[in-house]
Amino acid sequence: MAEAVDLKAIGTRPVRPDGIDKVTGRAAFGADLNLPNMLHGKVLRSPHAHARIKNVDVSRALAADGVMAAISGADLAGVQNDLAKNILARDKVLYHGHAVAAVAAKTAAQAEAALDLIEVDYEALPPVLSIDDAIADGATLVNENQHTNGDTSKPASNIAAVQRFERGDIEAGFAEADIVVESEHRVPTAHQGYIEPHACTATVNEDGKATVWCCTQGHFDVRSLTAAVLGESVGNIKVIPSEIGGGFGGKTIIYLEPLAVKMSQLSGRPVKMTMTREEVFRATGPTSATWCKAKIGAKKDGTFTAAQAWLAYEAGAFPGAPIGPGCMSVLAPYKVPNLLIEGNDVLVNKPKVCAYRAPGAPQSMHAMECVIDELARKLEMDPIDLRLKNAADEGTQAPYGPTFPPIGLKECLKAAKAHPNYATPVPEGAGRGLAVGFWFNIGMQSSAEVRIAEDGMVTVMEGSPDIGGSRAGMALMAAETLGVPYERIKAHVGDTESTGFCNVTGGSRTTFATGMAVIQACEDIIAQCKQRAALTWDLDEEQVDWVDGEAVPKPGVNADVKPLSLADIARGAGRTGGPLLGRASLNAQGAGASFSVNWTDVKVDAETGRTDVLAFTAIQDAGRAIHPAYVEGQMQGGAVQGLGWALNEEYIYDADGVMENPGFLDYRVPVASDMPMIDTQIVEVPNPSHPYGVRGVGETPIVAPLAALSNAVRDQLGFRIDDLPLSPPRVLAAIDEQR
Amino acid sequence: MGAFAYLAPTNVEQALSQLAAEDAAGNRAQMLAGGTDVLVQMRSTDKGPRTFVDVKHIAEANEVRVGDDDVFVGAGIASAVLNENDELKALLPGLVEAADLIGSTQIQGRATIGGNLCNSSPAGDTIPALIACGAVCVVASPDGAKKVPTEDFVTGVGTNVLKPTELLVGFQIPRPKGRTADAYLRFIPRTEMDIAVCGAGVALTLDDDGTCTAAKVAIGAVAVTALPVPEAAVALVGTKVDDAALQAAAAAASALAKPITDKRGTVEYRKKVVGVLTRRAGAIARDRAAAR
Amino acid sequence: MSKVHVSTTINGDVVEFLCEPQQSLLDVLRDELALTGTKEGCATGDCGACSVLANDRLVCSCLMLGVEADGQEITTIEGIASPDGLHVIQQKYLEHAALQCGICTPGFIVATKALLDKNPNPDETTIRYWLAGNLCRCTGYDKIVRAVQASAEELAYEA
Repeated sequence: MAEAVDLKAIGTRPVRPDGIDKVTGRAAFGADLNLPNMLHGKVLRSPHAHARIKNVDVSRALAADGVMAAISGADLAGVQNDLAKNILARDKVLYHGHAVAAVAAKTAAQAEAALDLIEVDYEALPPVLSIDDAIADGATLVNENQHTNGDTSKPASNIAAVQRFERGDIEAGFAEADIVVESEHRVPTAHQGYIEPHACTATVNEDGKATVWCCTQGHFDVRSLTAAVLGESVGNIKVIPSEIGGGFGGKTIIYLEPLAVKMSQLSGRPVKMTMTREEVFRATGPTSATWCKAKIGAKKDGTFTAAQAWLAYEAGAFPGAPIGPGCMSVLAPYKVPNLLIEGNDVLVNKPKVCAYRAPGAPQSMHAMECVIDELARKLEMDPIDLRLKNAADEGTQAPYGPTFPPIGLKECLKAAKAHPNYATPVPEGAGRGLAVGFWFNIGMQSSAEVRIAEDGMVTVMEGSPDIGGSRAGMALMAAETLGVPYERIKAHVGDTESTGFCNVTGGSRTTFATGMAVIQACEDIIAQCKQRAALTWDLDEEQVDWVDGEAVPKPGVNADVKPLSLADIARGAGRTGGPLLGRASLNAQGAGASFSVNWTDVKVDAETGRTDVLAFTAIQDAGRAIHPAYVEGQMQGGAVQGLGWALNEEYIYDADGVMENPGFLDYRVPVASDMPMIDTQIVEVPNPSHPYGVRGVGETPIVAPLAALSNAVRDQLGFRIDDLPLSPPRVLAAIDEQR
Repeated sequence: MGAFAYLAPTNVEQALSQLAAEDAAGNRAQMLAGGTDVLVQMRSTDKGPRTFVDVKHIAEANEVRVGDDDVFVGAGIASAVLNENDELKALLPGLVEAADLIGSTQIQGRATIGGNLCNSSPAGDTIPALIACGAVCVVASPDGAKKVPTEDFVTGVGTNVLKPTELLVGFQIPRPKGRTADAYLRFIPRTEMDIAVCGAGVALTLDDDGTCTAAKVAIGAVAVTALPVPEAAVALVGTKVDDAALQAAAAAASALAKPITDKRGTVEYRKKVVGVLTRRAGAIARDRAAAR
Repeated sequence: MSKVHVSTTINGDVVEFLCEPQQSLLDVLRDELALTGTKEGCATGDCGACSVLANDRLVCSCLMLGVEADGQEITTIEGIASPDGLHVIQQKYLEHAALQCGICTPGFIVATKALLDKNPNPDETTIRYWLAGNLCRCTGYDKIVRAVQASAEELAYEA
């Protein structure tokens, strides 16, 4: 692996390749495409949280002015799985806002008006609106055919799945402890809150070939999922990713695309569909509301003897709550000899959850980091020292099985201990809280091509939608590998037909895995350049080296030749075998886990219950920061999302399961004036599985802020408020209760 | 089915005749000020067709006149414009603050006090501030000009005394004399952008030795309409507006509040915090008055 | 439903268009005039992605009717750069990595211009409150605030 001191491009902070388009309004996002003859599609949504659909009749809508297509669930002829039923309900609607039918008309107003003409016969059913309701004896079943872990020998249940991790002897471990702390914590549903609503435009030609333009974290997934839902061949669908206005996991799945394609097929015209903000809140996938119990036992010196976590996560209307990652993360930072972790995937009549930045980890780790904070208080230990004493390290076996390669938790904790912000006294009357964050990161499949123009300009073509500056990262890694200046490299995200397969931009995999494909494609170019130079110089390939962007004879090779630059070789490529084209595809292994330490100072107004965040510091192991400004940006953005979740964000439901705050007015994400500067420090413990040591950094940042804020409020108030968000009414009620 | 239309009268007389014509034709006319509530409602809870009558081009509704006895503030002036009027800010800081609290910079560029009052939300920020400073609504009507005390203007959630043929031109506010000053505070969960969970406006007058000789207190978002709190005023008058007096005023505000529990706050929370705000706003008004 | 004829100035160009009376300025810009740099994030005035200047006043174009633009001067993100190149604010947003996904960026840049035109030397608190109506979900605002500060410095230096 390259040492940091040798690096020329990596670690610099150039302007991103797509930057100018994004500051001038030229960049085209999901809703920015309009085509000639285009229709506008709208979706009819369920007014009930739970109801049987007895009949859907779109015929009156189809006959209305301007309407060119109208469809219901029966019109989607592909797989009849949960995804398809979420896109258009079949026999039952399972949450308020669940799509039931769709129309496409010449104007948006005509489409809107036609929705009122669709006749749906519902038989309302009692909704299941909380974990408590869902797991109670005799609970109404969201899905009568759902059996826990598919075990049909047991009665149907709203608990779709149970997952457990066990190690050692949990009872003995707690018995061995001098002190045991436990508590339970509830966190309501939260939304990713990306600013760009979902949008797509589809057009199907007379030969049946469809083109879909949409904002997505993974256009290859849009292609395969849309094809599956429609019963089409993947080869008939081309997906062009627009620029994407935020996703945070929420744009890894599809909602509109099959509807637009189907209605384009039926009408013979392009169909554009965009969600309103209200639809985004009501009918896309937020993350789970959760109920977590955490328990930890330790010796007097702080050594953990046992830890236990019980997690129940709302999946929404279909199975798939992130209990796996929740269980994997909850104790990942620590050496715990005896542990028991159980996760429950619980169906309720709410939207099907989707990934949200480190899905499942913020909630479970909030619970565990709160009990560890209480433990530190009871032991009168510094919270960093307690964590250092138990911190996982290279060779520690993670609760979910594997043994950690080199990881940076201890380095982050030590950096925190040495940080001037930690040494600064807590302001008078304020509180300070600290917590650790973790995300395992993923690798998965990526492809990349590197094309060299005749003047040596480099085009990097890959398939990972750029959600936060990844083109800059790709270009930097290509510059570093090829030894050419960053300015000579253009990085592009290709559509499904112009570049090789890439899995979604998710799991913090893009800079790691797609980056690795780009590096390998550059290495392919270098190998070709060496071969071309050898041909030119009449040497053997083994006698040529690639140094600082030039082919040179290896030391000791007797050849009186001038070095050949990439441009030199490209210019003469026709004489040496044709254009230079490097390729790589891979299934990346060894995504290194990224740990973080966050702390915050807060001031609670004891008369109104409002919490002001005075300061926030985030330290995180990036392995190697390719573009440090965008790494800091991930840390800062994740911190503020986590703080928003901890402070005010929540889905508020009425008794019928109708969300009462489906807009940015009352779903209160942080605004600029709510937040201080977010101080960052990047720790670099290189990931041995990546050529430059990269670890994914995108998700870890959201994990620790929830507990850091909880712990800070607890520090000021002198007592703990277990649940989130720490909204003013909750905090004031808790203060009054203490009095 | 009617259609949408847009009219931009330039004076009150023209506006009244347009309103009358729309009314006679059976069309719904709606005054459009900043549109920050009206346009949101048009896309959500109130989608029907209407004729917008834009108040922003009506000369009289865009005037600010500071007289010896009264201040007139036009109903159609954007909050940001009011906030740039140093004379008004110095005279009626509480009212200007209330206008300035509504929404973002962008909303400020459009939203008006008149629109805030005519929207008649229980949580309208300027309404308690208007009541506290004794504002009287100047209403143009086919029968001539009418004057309606602000506390009598709003009749329920989203309803008010205006007839379809009438329009709100502006506010006549007694010019604060001597050591008189106002203040308005509201509570929101974030620092900006939210609707008031509760609010309190206080205006008071001090004599030379700092004794309160007159006071007016009003609270918002804790009942169907903004409420004057005469008991709170009584608690302040005759005192030095010390902690005990402010506490008594706070208790009176909390006692009068009849809030609901909703997505923005609970009954208990609102009752308690409206008292806190009354106390804090009272202290600000006192300090401002003392500085005059 | 009859359309209304509107004469306005957009980014210095005299523009005439027809729109329905209830159509927002945002929809007119995006759908009638192909000025898609102005974004829709909420259509309720809560996110600021559709920020434009109307007679130099910062507004949400979703909360203004197209017909109201008559006689006004409208500035959108497409009018911030000049033939000489990017505006200082645009350059500073790029240099400070003050955007990640970029959907909120046009609104932020227009809002920043409105701020610095009015107050060339704002402190951090003033910047944060001025921009409170522009939601960014990616950056946590830190680098945006720094880009605004850097823009102010650069503009002061140039002036």
